[in-house]
Amino acid sequence: MPKVTAPASPTRAEIEHILVPAESIGAVERSLSPIERITNLDWVRRGAILLLLASTWEGYARYLDNPLLLPTFSATLKALSSAAMEGNLLSRVWGSLQVLLLGYVLGVLLAGALSAFAVSSRFGGDLLSTLTSMFNPLPAIALLPLSMLWFGLGMPSLVFVIVHSVLWPVALNTQTGFLAVSETQRMAGRNYGLTGLPYVWRILVPAAFPSILAGLKIGWAFAWRTLIAAELVFGVASRSGGLGWFIFEHRNELQTDYVFAGLMMVILIGLFVEEVIFRTIAHRTVVRWGLER
Amino acid sequence: MISASQGKASTTIVSSHAPSPAPAVGPLLQARDVTLQYKTRQHLVTATYRVSFDVHSGDRFILLGPSGCGKSSLLKSIGGYLSPVEGSFLLAGEPVRGPGPDRMMVFQEFDQLFAWKTVLENVAFPLTVTGRCSPRQAQERALLYLSKVSLSKFRDSYPHTLSGGMKQRVAIARAMAMEPAILLMDEPFAALDALTRRRMQDELLELWDSTRFTVLFVTHSIEEAILIGSRILLLSPHPGRVRAELNCDHFGHEDEGGEAFTTLQRRVHHMLFNESHAGTSHA
Repeated sequence: MPKVTAPASPTRAEIEHILVPAESIGAVERSLSPIERITNLDWVRRGAILLLLASTWEGYARYLDNPLLLPTFSATLKALSSAAMEGNLLSRVWGSLQVLLLGYVLGVLLAGALSAFAVSSRFGGDLLSTLTSMFNPLPAIALLPLSMLWFGLGMPSLVFVIVHSVLWPVALNTQTGFLAVSETQRMAGRNYGLTGLPYVWRILVPAAFPSILAGLKIGWAFAWRTLIAAELVFGVASRSGGLGWFIFEHRNELQTDYVFAGLMMVILIGLFVEEVIFRTIAHRTVVRWGLER
Repeated sequence: MISASQGKASTTIVSSHAPSPAPAVGPLLQARDVTLQYKTRQHLVTATYRVSFDVHSGDRFILLGPSGCGKSSLLKSIGGYLSPVEGSFLLAGEPVRGPGPDRMMVFQEFDQLFAWKTVLENVAFPLTVTGRCSPRQAQERALLYLSKVSLSKFRDSYPHTLSGGMKQRVAIARAMAMEPAILLMDEPFAALDALTRRRMQDELLELWDSTRFTVLFVTHSIEEAILIGSRILLLSPHPGRVRAELNCDHFGHEDEGGEAFTTLQRRVHHMLFNESHAGTSHA
């Protein structure tokens, strides 16, 4: 070592302290101010944003004063409540949701089966990769004409396109999640003698749950979009249309406030599923496990 | 899973560690001329070459060597994750085929615990999933072993809230609760800070004193090997070949710096490093 010729620091006496007993310290806490407490509530902050958006809308619509192009927020609410109370909005929503749930559940189950197969054999992995790269970019709505040809003008056609829109993103995310599970956790799982499906279900699925959940969310959004779009095309021929058909119908009658009410219904359901259902699932799983913040 | 061990375990649930099948005579684990190779994209790498050794019941058997000598590969191979291209391992006379709960691993990485299970569930999980215990028995046994590593207070915590040392203690409790024939530890303290590591080494020795399990411990620290081991297998640098087998049953932290300790340390050091590069490196 070369000698360092820095100035010598001054000589200091050694110091030793006798510690205050830890029990006597007590909790070191500071209570939060009311404002901090309120702004710490998630729903307050989110609600404030929604309020801001709604009032901007209301203000601009009043300024524009053209209910045919842009009805006000209050008019939309009024249309929404009257369509829900007296009109057929709720039965339309129910019709849509039934189809949506059926397609979504089928799509997720298929995606689960495909990714389990993909992770357990090389052929399965190649198959899933090839299929997802082929079909994931294919818009579900582009399959609708074909689907109508195969399944006729009814629920099966809609379910088919929804399954298509859910299956690929969910499978892709699940597979990505499986591949990212650490080698240590895999070895720990195999150490217990787990193989095959129990191994996938008890080790890989929970370990990959953050990406699986992301896939489920994307799948849900895709399914909703596809359904509404399909119903817009489809409703013309079918009597028992859903929410998309509700929107289409009222546009034809130039009842723009009802069109907005229909769109708002789509948004409300979307918000509910995202903020309540998926958020609850995330809090009970990945957030609790420390896999996500 | 394994019906024989199932029957056995159900009669000795919360027993202290009953050393499994090994009879008093003959070694518990035999490695016979084990050559390990693995493939990277470009190369075929020989990790160990014709390694043989015997581990007896109750041994604290250390695999010691510089990094890259194949000691971790050797342990993984005993765990059943990597099959030898030549030679074999015999556990209580039976050749090792694939991973199994009779050889519980403790890994170096902190993420070996399952994030989605609490501490207690992590320890109980292998007991129930292998069908050894009913959920209730598994719970009891898990609690017993958690108290052995003094983590009873944290039974309902999730792993991400624990410190590194606590996670390793849970992993050790999880492996010990299975009462495996042999415990395989792959540098379990290497990622810990020096103070925690020292405490963990002491605790492991205390645990061994109370239950006398058989453990195979991989390390690259000469000091740790001498402290923890009862017998050390010295492996040469790449590819790993057996350099020596040494006894070191009588050292504890209080012997550190003492004459016998330093002599052995120097001897091991000499054997490990002098052949490869004339030796002033230190451990």
